[in-house]
Amino acid sequence: MEILVCVKRVPDSAENEIEMNSEGNDIERDDLVYSVNEWDNYAVEEAIQIVDKVGGTVTVVTVGDEDCDEILRREMAMGAEKGLLLNDDAFAGSDCKGIATILKGAVQKGNYDLVLTGAQADEGAGAVGGMLAAMLDLPYASLVNKIELGEGKLTIGREIEGGNREMNEITLPCVLSIQTGINEPRYVGIRGIRKVSGVEIPELSAADMGIDAASVGEAGAGVKKVDYFVPEKGEGAEMLEGSTDEIIAKLIEILKANGGL
Amino acid sequence: MGQVFAYLVHRDGVLDDAAMELINAAKAISGDAATAIVTGSGIDAVATAAAAIFPNVIKVDNAALAYPNAEVVRKALANVIPAGSIVLFAHNTFSMDCAPGLSIKLGASFVSDIVGIDGVEGSALKVIRQEFGGEVSTHVNVDIAGGAVVAVRPGTFTADESKSAGGTVTDKSADAGDLSANRKFIEIVEPEAGDVDITKADVLISIGRGIEDEENIELAMNLKEAMGNAAEVSCSRPIVDAKWLEPARQVGTSGCTVKPKVYMACGISGSFQHLGGIKGGLIIAINKNPNAPIFQAASVGIVANIIEFLPALTEKIEEM
Ligand SMILES: Cc1cc2nc3c(=O)[nH]c(=O)nc-3n(C[C@H](O)[C@H](O)[C@H](O)COP(=O)(O)OP(=O)(O)OC[C@H]3O[C@@H](n4cnc5c(N)ncnc54)[C@H](O)[C@@H]3O)c2cc1C
Ligand SMILES: Nc1ncnc2c1ncn2[C@@H]1O[C@H](COP(=O)(O)O)[C@@H](O)[C@H]1O
Repeated sequence: MEILVCVKRVPDSAENEIEMNSEGNDIERDDLVYSVNEWDNYAVEEAIQIVDKVGGTVTVVTVGDEDCDEILRREMAMGAEKGLLLNDDAFAGSDCKGIATILKGAVQKGNYDLVLTGAQADEGAGAVGGMLAAMLDLPYASLVNKIELGEGKLTIGREIEGGNREMNEITLPCVLSIQTGINEPRYVGIRGIRKVSGVEIPELSAADMGIDAASVGEAGAGVKKVDYFVPEKGEGAEMLEGSTDEIIAKLIEILKANGGL
Repeated sequence: MGQVFAYLVHRDGVLDDAAMELINAAKAISGDAATAIVTGSGIDAVATAAAAIFPNVIKVDNAALAYPNAEVVRKALANVIPAGSIVLFAHNTFSMDCAPGLSIKLGASFVSDIVGIDGVEGSALKVIRQEFGGEVSTHVNVDIAGGAVVAVRPGTFTADESKSAGGTVTDKSADAGDLSANRKFIEIVEPEAGDVDITKADVLISIGRGIEDEENIELAMNLKEAMGNAAEVSCSRPIVDAKWLEPARQVGTSGCTVKPKVYMACGISGSFQHLGGIKGGLIIAINKNPNAPIFQAASVGIVANIIEFLPALTEKIEEM
């Protein structure tokens, strides 16, 4: 099975406290630590497990600049055989539709049976997978947390509300967005990353994929972020202050008063 | 600006609460109520219920739509909705499945999980979104010249409870077109019952990614022991994903809905999917980040490192 997994480089929210810049229109980006979007690690792990069972290749692809080399190599160290970087000045400022348009170009250059994305990325859009599938006219299912292989088709479970799972049959080729918890992504050590450091990662530009530069990037974006801001806070919580002992004493009173103790 | 539609999800003949909020989302866009759309098989009762709230309701009735398979619903909607329209969804697992693809088929812009609408300026619909789990917000302009598909976070607008619309139902079943699909719905599998039932506990000590390590789960278990029978340990999703606790302990939209007397959120940031599972009780948040969104949802807040705070609290309760 030939599998393409779309991955995104994102600020690692566990490693950063998000703060506004001094102008108050963007987040402070200077010291951000980046990593692979959490959902994408599950997608790559799933792809590797499928290929381990039935053979084939896993290719990881991202839309971004040279800084993305690191995250592609991380996913290759997990076991993805190939990496692919979609890089062009014209791609900067793309909205989700732009990203899907670019990824479509890459899908059409290959011969994939299955395309995986994460269910959502740092901006919580959850849009790219479904858009890509519709552009390619391929069947799609989102929030997939179980995959069983069949002949020319898959049986998949989708996560829906309340812990329920919606089972579907879907024909190949198809696009799936993967939800966290579907597997346990393997650990990647420094040694693993060193092993793939020599592998060449091909780059494709808009021209290489026959993409009209006006349909992507800033120029093609129908959805534009104007600025960042910290919303005016409501009353919020009553904050308990003082020494740890004082805080605990107050907390115990509150617990007692509310039936907690 | 094109016409505004609201797609209404229903289960077992009952309209989804969040879908009822879309009427006020539509008013924030155009000043008027949206035209509601319901799809399904044998849905007259649901369409009538929708007409009590929305002045105009379109129903698309077809056996192929009996289960809301997003691929099939998308096809029907793409045929029934005119190009240039604004289509509203409640942001949930169905919209995530259907709405992005629909926007492509309609040639429209797409924006999901919005938490506010600032009106329309020229061909821009001005909306508010959140990033980083709600730590910061963004103003976003959506080009609606070619229409837009917009998924609205549940709870952003209030529902219309008056049921005074006296609306009319139009049958567009004949316009649905070819509804064959390469994705077939099989069945819904319910979660296996766990050994614990967190929905019965008076006190939930709920831990999130802030617990940092599997071995620290013990800190919450020790506090539960000290607090006694009425307490139980629950958690946010990353703890279940990491297999540190069983799925039956997860609180949130894809886990359990709970209503304890006291909910202690320890090292939980307060994402809307997590908060969606807490339906009452006093929320006490303990988090090392004073800007964590959970402090907006909580009644009592403590800025502390839970790895140190939980054992200290346990010790004091044991001494009582
Ligand atoms: C379709 C869908 C459904 C979902 N359903 C659910 C659901 O049902 N339930 C759910 O919980 N999530 C759900 N999620 C995931 C949700 O979006 C969040 O990712 C998740 O709730 C975050 O969990 P968290 O707060 O534990 O982790 P984080 O967001 O990483 O927050 C960790 C918090 O701990 C604090 N912290 C770190 N270390 C310490 C320390 N030592 N002491 C004190 N504080 C510390 C940090 O400041 C931070 O605020 C769902 C997501 C999707 C896409
Ligand atoms: N720049 C990108 N490059 C490659 N894949 C991406 C990119 N942005 C988003 N994706 C894919 O789309 C998924 C969902 O992202 P989003 O729709 O932005 O929430 C991610 O998990 C990735 O699989």
